[in-house]
Amino acid sequence: MTQYLLSVIEPDGPIPEPDVMARIDRDVTAVDTDMRTSGVWVFSNGLLPPESATVLRPADGDVLVTDGPFAEGKEHLGGFSIVDVPDLDAALEWGRRLALATTLPIEVRPFRG
Amino acid sequence: MDDDGRIARIFREEYGRAVSVLYRVLGDLDGAEDAVQEAFAVAAERWPRDGIPPAPAGWIITTARRRAIDRLRRVGVGRSREAEAVQLAPPSEYAAEPDDIPDDRLRLIFTCCHPALSPEARVALTLRLLGGLSTAEIARAFLVPEPTMAQRLSRAKAKIRDARIPYRIPSAADLPGRLRSVLAVLYLVFSEGYAASAGDRLVREELCDEAVRLARVLRSLLPDEEEVLGLLALVLLVDARRAARVDAGGGLVPLPEQDRTLWNPELIAEGHALVRDCLRRGRPGPYQLQAAIQAVHADARTAEETDWAQIVALYDQLLRVAPTPIVALNRAVAVAEVDGPTAALEVVEPLREPLARFYLLHGVRAGLLARAARPAEAAEEFDRAAALCTGEAERAFLLRRRAALPV
Repeated sequence: MTQYLLSVIEPDGPIPEPDVMARIDRDVTAVDTDMRTSGVWVFSNGLLPPESATVLRPADGDVLVTDGPFAEGKEHLGGFSIVDVPDLDAALEWGRRLALATTLPIEVRPFRG
Repeated sequence: MDDDGRIARIFREEYGRAVSVLYRVLGDLDGAEDAVQEAFAVAAERWPRDGIPPAPAGWIITTARRRAIDRLRRVGVGRSREAEAVQLAPPSEYAAEPDDIPDDRLRLIFTCCHPALSPEARVALTLRLLGGLSTAEIARAFLVPEPTMAQRLSRAKAKIRDARIPYRIPSAADLPGRLRSVLAVLYLVFSEGYAASAGDRLVREELCDEAVRLARVLRSLLPDEEEVLGLLALVLLVDARRAARVDAGGGLVPLPEQDRTLWNPELIAEGHALVRDCLRRGRPGPYQLQAAIQAVHADARTAEETDWAQIVALYDQLLRVAPTPIVALNRAVAVAEVDGPTAALEVVEPLREPLARFYLLHGVRAGLLARAARPAEAAEEFDRAAALCTGEAERAFLLRRRAALPV
C-alpha cells in the first residue's frame, strides 16, 4: 500500500457563492465519508485562506518570521486528503472523485514511504 | 542469414516479451532490462559457438531470471521477497516453446501508455521496452539529442516506480479511455518500423510485426472497439505492401511505382474485411478512416485505377475528426491526383510553416513543383527534404528524384 497526497489546487480570489459552496461542501463530505468507509482514508482537511499563513525562513542560524503566504501565485493549496491505496490507478480514482466534488484541479502525488 | 543476424533478429523479436515477464517477476523495470540485456550478452557469446537453442525466447527468459537471482544475491537481498519471487516461478515454465510463455506484453503496453505519463514518454517507453530499440535510435526517431531521450526514459521509469503505476490491463470501465493512447503508441511504433527513420534498413520488420501482433491482441481483447479494428486494418493494409516497398537494391519504391503483384493478398483480404466490418458499425474514427483510404489503394490493380476522388472524400472526413497538418498534407497528395499539382501546391501553402521541420512537407512540395514544371524550386525542396530526412533509404530516394529533374 502507498500513501498519496491529493492536493486541492484553489484559484486566488473570492470564494464561490454560498449556495455553490454548500453544494461543494456536501459533495466533498460525501467523498470523504466514502474514503473512510472504504478504509483508505488517512487524513483530510481544508485550509483557511493563504492570508492566514505565516512563513519561517532560516537565516544565518536564526529564523526569520514573515507574514505569509510563502509564494504569491494564481493558485494556492486549498486543502488536501491523504489516502492509502494499492497503486496509482486507485489514487487517481479517488482524485477524480475529489476533482468533481471540489470542481477544482487535484494533484496526486505519492509519499516517500 | 548469419548467426549474428539471427541473434540480432531474436533480440528484436524477444526483447519486449522477456522484459515483460522479468518485470512481472521482479517488479523493477531497470532490473528487468538489465537482466534481459545480460542474457542477450551471454547469448551473443555462446550461440555463435554452441548454436542457437531450439526455443531461444525461453532460453533468454530463463537466463535473464538466473542473472536476476545472481544480482539480487550479490547485492545481499538473496532472502528478500524479490529473490523468492524470482525463484518461485518454476524454470520449466520458460523452457517451453515461446507460445507457452505467459505473454505480459499487453500489461506492459498499458503501463507504458498510462495517461499519468507524458505522451512523449509513452511512445519512448513502448519503443524501448516492447520494441527493444536503443535510446540512440529512439532519440533519432524523435529528432532529440540522445541525453534528452535518456533523461526522458529514466524519468518515466522513475515515475512508474515511485507513483506505482500498476502493471495490469485496465478494468473494463477504464479500458476505452486508456485505449486511445495505446492505439496512438502502436501506430507510431508501426510507422517507426515502416519508415525506419532510426537506421539504414527501410523496413524494421520486427517493429511492424510487433505493432501488428499487439493490434491483434488488442482486437481479441476489445472486439467491439471500432478504432481497434480500424488500427488493425490500417497496419495490415499498409504492411501488405512491405515486399513491394523496397527494390532489390534496398531502395524505396513509392506507391504508384510498386509492383502490386508483390502485395500480400491475405493481409489485404483481412484488412478489407475489417474495414467492411467498421463500415457496418457506422461509427467512424481516425484509424478507421485511414484504413478505408488504404483499402481504396488496395482495391486498385494499377496506380492509374486508383479512385482518388474517393480518397479525397475520405481525407475530408478524416480532417474533420483529426484536423492535423499531417493529415492535410496527405490530403494534398490526393488533391494533386484529382485537381493537378498547382491546386495541390495551394493546399500545401498554409502547411509550410507548421511542418517546416518535417521532411515529407518538402518532399511532397518537391514532387508537386516537379510536376508543375518548376524544376529549380523542386530541386531546392528535394535538398531540404533530404537534409531533414533521417532514414537512409528515403533520403536516397529523394536524391534520386532530385537527380532526375531537368535542371
